[in-house]
Parts: sequence; C-alpha cells; structure tokens
Amino acid sequence: MTIGEANREALRRVQASTARLTGVALARDVVPGAGDHVVLHAGPPITWERMCGPQRGAVIGACLFEGWAKSADDAIGLAASGALGFDPCHHHRAVGPMAGIVTPSMAVFVVENAAFGTVAHATIHMGLGRVLRMGAYDESVLEKLDFMNRRLAPLLDAAIRRAGGVDLKSTSAQALGMGDEVHNRNKAATALLIRALAPHVAAAGGPDVERAFDFMTTNESFYLPLSMAAAKAALDAAASIAGSTMVTAMARNGTDVGIRVSGTGDRWFTAPAPRVRGVYFPGFGPDDANPDMGDSAITETAGLGAFAMAAAPAIVQFVGGSADLALQTTLDMYEITLGEHEAYKIPALDFRGTPVGIDVRKVVETGITPAINTGIAHKEPGVGQIGAGLTNMAMECFVQAVEYLGGGLRELGGGLRPPSETFPQQQDAPAKPALERGP
Amino acid sequence: MTPGSPIAAAPRVINVGLPLFVEALAGAGAAVVHVDWRPPAGGDPRLAALLARLDDAEESAGAPGEPR
Amino acid sequence: MVAPLTTAPRVVSLGVETFSLELARLGVAVEHVAWRPPAGGDERLAALLARLDARRGDIDAANKEALGRMVEGQPVLVDCRPAREALALPDRTVLHAGPPIAWQGMCAPLRAAVLCAVRYEGWAANDDAAAALVEGGGIALAPCHHWQAAGPMTGIITRSMPVFVVENRAWGNRAHATINEGLGRVLRFGANDESVVARLRWLATEAGPLLGAALRASGGLDLRALMAQALRMGDEMHQRNVAASSLLARALMPHVARAGDRHHAVARLAEFIAGNDQFFLNVAMAAGKALADPAGGVAGSTLVTAMARNGTDFGIRVSGLGERWLTAPVSTPVGLYFPGFTAADANPDMGDSAIVETIGLGGAAMAASPAVARFVGAGGLGEALAATEEIAEISLGAHPYFHIPTLDDRGAPVGIDVRLVVETGIAPLINTGIAGHAPGTGQVGAGVVRAPLACFELALEALALGLTDGEGRV
Repeated sequence: MTIGEANREALRRVQASTARLTGVALARDVVPGAGDHVVLHAGPPITWERMCGPQRGAVIGACLFEGWAKSADDAIGLAASGALGFDPCHHHRAVGPMAGIVTPSMAVFVVENAAFGTVAHATIHMGLGRVLRMGAYDESVLEKLDFMNRRLAPLLDAAIRRAGGVDLKSTSAQALGMGDEVHNRNKAATALLIRALAPHVAAAGGPDVERAFDFMTTNESFYLPLSMAAAKAALDAAASIAGSTMVTAMARNGTDVGIRVSGTGDRWFTAPAPRVRGVYFPGFGPDDANPDMGDSAITETAGLGAFAMAAAPAIVQFVGGSADLALQTTLDMYEITLGEHEAYKIPALDFRGTPVGIDVRKVVETGITPAINTGIAHKEPGVGQIGAGLTNMAMECFVQAVEYLGGGLRELGGGLRPPSETFPQQQDAPAKPALERGP
Repeated sequence: MTPGSPIAAAPRVINVGLPLFVEALAGAGAAVVHVDWRPPAGGDPRLAALLARLDDAEESAGAPGEPR
Repeated sequence: MVAPLTTAPRVVSLGVETFSLELARLGVAVEHVAWRPPAGGDERLAALLARLDARRGDIDAANKEALGRMVEGQPVLVDCRPAREALALPDRTVLHAGPPIAWQGMCAPLRAAVLCAVRYEGWAANDDAAAALVEGGGIALAPCHHWQAAGPMTGIITRSMPVFVVENRAWGNRAHATINEGLGRVLRFGANDESVVARLRWLATEAGPLLGAALRASGGLDLRALMAQALRMGDEMHQRNVAASSLLARALMPHVARAGDRHHAVARLAEFIAGNDQFFLNVAMAAGKALADPAGGVAGSTLVTAMARNGTDFGIRVSGLGERWLTAPVSTPVGLYFPGFTAADANPDMGDSAIVETIGLGGAAMAASPAVARFVGAGGLGEALAATEEIAEISLGAHPYFHIPTLDDRGAPVGIDVRLVVETGIAPLINTGIAGHAPGTGQVGAGVVRAPLACFELALEALALGLTDGEGRV
C-alpha cells in the first residue's frame, strides 16, 4: 500500500464512522483501566511534577470526590508520593475537556461507532463558573459532581436507553447547519439533544427530573463531551494504518501539546503548549492565562471546531476577530487536509463539506498549522475560565512526525516501526499499577 | 477590464511571495496582484527532502491493521 | 487606473436583454443592466405612483412611524388557554385563514376542516349535519385576522381549542395561534377523521393546560430574542423552525416538568414537541401578528400589515387603509413534491402564515436559511442570497433585531411598501407548505409562491385616490 492509499483508507474510515450515544455509566465499569487511584487526564502523558495549576486543581478535586483524600493537602501529598496512576484519557478510549480528569466514580457518556466497533467515553459537562475541568475543587464543585455523577447520570442513562440511543453524527451535522461548530459553540446541538431526550427524561420520572432539566437547559455546552466522544470514536477507527500521514489525535495538557498520527500508532509527537490569543472576561488578561489545555481539539482533528468555523460565524464574537476570520479559518484548513467531510456540510460555503483529515506533510509543507477554538483557563487552580480564543497547534509536533515518518522509511527500507512501549488503541488498555508509575 | 482591452497602457504586476514588494509597487501607483506564496516547508532543505520521500506514491510499511 | 477606450467598443445595455445577447454574440464586451420601466410601463399605475409621489414627504413620515411600530415591538409568549377565554370566542363560530370568504367560495380542504371543527365542538354529529348547519347559516365564519389571531393553512380556530397568547409588551396588544398539530393527518390540511379529533381533544385537555401552566410559571418567554437567535441558526421561521422549536423546548421544559403533576403527561407533551420540527411555526405567526397589528391604521402609510390566503383568495392589508382587505385570486405554489405527489395534487396557497413574511422573515429572510432554499426547490446559497436581496428592493428598511449572518449580519428586509412592489413589479416571496387539494391528503410538498401583484395595484389605487373604506375594489 502506498502512502496515498493508506491516507485514503484512513480518511474513508473517519468518513464512514457512525456515532451513537447509547448510555451513561460509571467510568470504572466501562473505561478500560479506570480503577482505584487511577487518574486519567487530558493531553499527552505528563507527571504530577510538570502538571499546570488547573490540571493539578482538578486532580485534587477528583481525589476529594473519590474519597482518596480528606483535604487538598492530603491530595497533593498523595499525588506527590506517586500513589496515583496518571495516564492520558486518550490511552483509555476517553477524552476530557480542559483538565480532562476522569476517575472511576465519574459517570461517562458511552458513544459507539458501530461501523468499526470502536467506542469512546467522556464525562458529563459541568457548565460554566467554578468547575472541575478548570481546576476548581471547593464545596460547590463537589456538590455538583455528586449530583451529576450519582443522580443525573442514572436518569440520563435511563432516558437514553428509553430513546433507543441518540444519533450524534446526524445531530452534529444538523447543528452545523444551525451555527454550531460543536466545539466552542454547542447551542443548537444542545437544544436538539434536550428536545430529543426530554420526553424520555420525563418518562423516567423520579425526584431529580426538575433539577435535571434545570441543569441541561442552563448549559449551552452540554453537548460538547458528546461531540468529542463521537470524534474520538471516529478517529480511533482510523488509527494505526501503516504509512498513513493523517493525524488521529491532537491534545493538550496545559504544559505540552501532542499529536498522534495514524501511521505511527500510539506515539505522541509533543511540544510546549502555546498561549491562546483571544478575548478575556472583564478583569482578566493574558498574564492570567494558562497555556492551551484539553482533549477537545479532537473535534478539530475530525473536521469540526475551528475547521468548521465558517458554519459558526457567531463564534468570532466569542474568540475575537472579524466575521471574515471564521470563513478564512475554514478555507485555510482545506490547505492541510486530505478531504471534505461527506456528512458535515457548511451552508455558508454552499454546503461544501468541512475540511477533514489533517495531513502532517501538508502542515509542514505549507507552514499552516491546525487552528483550534478553545476556552482559556486561569493558570491558578480553581479560578476557572477567564476567556476564549483561537490557537494553533505547535508546528514542532508536525515536524517531528514528518521526521519520524521520513526517517523511518529511510532507515527501515520502507518498513516502519512504532515505538514498542505503546499499546494499540481499542484493545484493553489497563493503566499501569499506580506505584510503579511514581517518580 | 474587458477581454479586448490592451495591456499596453500601464504596467500590471503579479507579485509572488513577499508582500513587501506589493506595498512598494502599490505606493508607486502600479496595479499589482499579490499571490501569497511560500517555499515548501519554509525553505528548510532537510524537511523538503523528507517530504519528498513521503510522496503519495511511496510504498508504506504494510497493510492496514497489520500488526507491526 | 484609467484604461484607454480606444481599442474595442464596450457597451452598457439597459433594459431588454436581447441587445446584450446579440452584442455578446458579435464578440462585443457588454455589461447588461436589468432595468424595467416603473410599473412595467403601465401608464395608469405610473400616474397613480406619480400622484403618491407628490405626497412623498407625508407618506415617508407615515411609513417611518408604521415601520417603527412594527420593528420595535416586543413579543412575549405568556400563556396558552382555550380560545373561549383568550379571545372570548363565542359559540358556533369558526375562524379560518385568509381574507373573508363565504362557505360557497371555500376550497375543499378548508370546507373539510370547518366541518371537522363543527363536529369536534359537538355542534353536529356528523359531516352531513355539520354541512347542513353551515349552509343554513347556523355557523358564523370569520377570518382569524379579525380576532387577533393567525392560523396556518386552513387556520381553523373554535372556542375550545387552546391558543398560544403572545403579548406585545411595547404596545400592549395581544395575538394568538393554535398549537401546531404536527405532520400527517391534521386539521390544518383539511383532514377530518377520528384521529384528528382525538388529537384536538388531547391538545385541549392535556397539552394546552400544561403549556399554559408552564408559560404562566415562566413569567413569559422573550420571543424577539429567541427568534433573532433562531434566524442565526438557519431558521427563517416559516418552512424551517427546527432551531426555534428546540430553543423553545429548552426554555419550556423545566417549567413543564414542574407544572405537570403526572409525569406521563409531561412525557407525552415533550414527545409531541420533540417530534415536530414545525412546533414553533404557530408561535412565530402569533408573534408576527402581535408585531404587525400596531403598525396598522397609520394615515397615509403604504406599509403592508398583513398577507393571508384562504385557498381561494390572497388578501393584503395596508396600514393607511386600515382593516380593509385588498384581494385577488391566489396562486398555486411552485416547489418540490413529496414522493407520490405532483403539481396536479396541489391546492392553491392557503394560510395566515405569510404574516411571517410581513415582518421580514420567511421568504424575505431566505438568505438566513439556505437549507430551506434547497427544500423548496429554490436553489442553493446563491439563490437564497438573491431572494433576500430582491425583497430588500420592495422593503422600507432592515430589521434592527433580526440579523442575517450570511449577509454580514445585515438586518432582514422588513416593511413591504405597496409603492415599491408596483414600481418594481417584484411581488413578495412566500415560503409555504403545499396542501393536497383533496381534503385530508395533508401536506404534499413545499415551495414558494408570489403574492399577486393585483392586490398591491388595488392598494395603490385606493391610497392614491384616498379611498380608505369600502370593499377594497375601486
């Protein structure tokens, strides 16, 4: 198979993927390797020592929620002692926004890609304000985590099952026709989802129905984890195709950013996380900002988010810039992608498909790096979101990938070896025992 | 400009690459069209060579899904 | 840059396109400018226009006042309750869409719907008895528009049907519309079997009261903000209401959940809303009526305040002409048909839903909704943009709150001016559903229809001659 053929196959798999929300379950029951003292996080691998403030804050909050620690100091001690097993969500069929922390007692949406048998998970979106994903861990956060994971989750699971699941691919496609890019703007998709689930939430009944509706209807990003999980399930289906230069993941942990490429399996190509240019909430500025963070760039990897920005011109008010910026961002992304999405169409471009399938070669050749719409977290844990903006993946990641792929071909005479320490995706991926992973 | 118009009257310039030239020419009153062009891989010969080796027609390592 | 003109002739052609085609054939560079003489060269109409032109200052001032009232309205969805309470609608009265029409003049689907309503209210036991009652003058028939209401397609309203109540908080007036029944066999398309009656009963006994309780508890939903948002999300709120329906569901559900003492009733209502992408249409119509009504009755104004069809006639109302209707025979929409149907199955255009176009949405806002342009067979994005640009030519202004993203957030064209319609020959464009002409067939397609120019010519005449009463015919 040639590189061209490998890429066509990778792209075909992304395009032919389906995404169906089938339920909500506890991470310990469905996320491979999610067990006691295991902490999954956004972005490429990272140690506690190198973690940024908000991600550390979220780890503290998760330890308190799980009952692994009684206080923030306890949690810090626990993390520093090496008793926690840290691993990227991406290694465990999961994706997490911002800090992206997933621990075993958290509920996750289950999204199935029946076309290729992959499945992906993401936690319930917590809303705005003081939230775990931005590193907040006070009492209000813990109370909200308790409601979401212990009361809302079973109700949603019953409703989703009663509905026979929800087709996320068609929901996202429809939302794109309604001004969402399903990363930073999920207003339409959320409203569509609520409308579809409402009868089933009501029919499921019980004491939590009213708060469930309050929770869902006041959070315009409720759909984001579903968009992310759908993208992850599609891209996992395209992973590990020998020779393919297509990007299968872009993720950030607030310290590093990393990409994975289909032809190089589970290897990460990483670089320092860049700053985000954007619009700050009143009272905050660039000095307060944490570098870019979160697995949500999986949406851009799948041809959504900033890649579909022309479908969501309203977003420029949120991330800064003129109306042209939305159109130009999408047009630029056609320069570095392998195709146009057959299901995700942009009305403002006369229903042209979104640019999809980032080719590391095209990125290096053109000097155009993938654009990402993102929120901006405060660099101190617990402060929360302080703005939103547009950023680009670091060129260095793509240069490394090209070097690896090009070098690999030369050294191995056409054969390519992935790094032996990683394991294939979508096979059981137990986290390594916590104590072995200590510093 | 209609198809039949002569090109003789005034210089018309197509500029490729650095926008600096465009600004100078436009300042001098010349009609100029700027084409944004950069050399592949920013002109880095090492990366350009690697890219050349990763041509679409190159053989990849193996069949999809093949354990490696 | 000045290019020399010495070499080849370059031609700008005005008006008749034949010249430019011929020149182009000869290889001459030619720029065609579409131009038509005012009022298509009709001398009588041109004279009427000239007469109004002499009073231009007064008319422009009147139009500014009327348009201001229309666009500055604040529609709020406040309640849902039976028409007998909301409208004080009396016994044995059936409201219908469009301008006034006698039983004898009604098209088949409208007649079937009237009979169904009579049966549903228990005023007659079967269709034959109902028909005898109507023919004997035992039933009062009146347009919805005369009762602060607007009805889609057949537009039937009787006293026990629940209606949404929209309050215009800027001017204090109210407008009403029934709950959209969904697709399939429904009263608004003239279906009149038992399933239709059963759904009407459920709407009256369970859905309506629940919606009313939820809306009263909510303190009212701001429709101007919701509609502005939906326009940004690809709805033009006539043929496409999926965004508005979803936003409405999102806003309503917490209140519905609290209002419902039986969770199965809540679930049934939620299911009904979830299954109907056009749920918001009737709310948009009530909002349109609530916005348009205050613009009526401004002396001298040439602004259109209502466009409505009853399947036989198309009627418009004009601010300076008060409540009189200017009518002409209605056309049949042009569009795309559902599988199994053709143009031969289509009923002429029907419904009060063109109130949506009257306030700058629907066909006027096609550019916001390229998906609708496809659905109604009017092409893609380019055609959608052109449709809105064309309506801008006959409109007095751009809407200050309803913005169209694909036109760089320009306001939707709003305020149709009778003078501009006659002068340009551009008739308002209406996005519409197509009903089957056989009663009970239901919707057979979707398309676009133009308002008949004759309505506007009549209005122009009445305005120019200062006739402000009578039958609308000169």
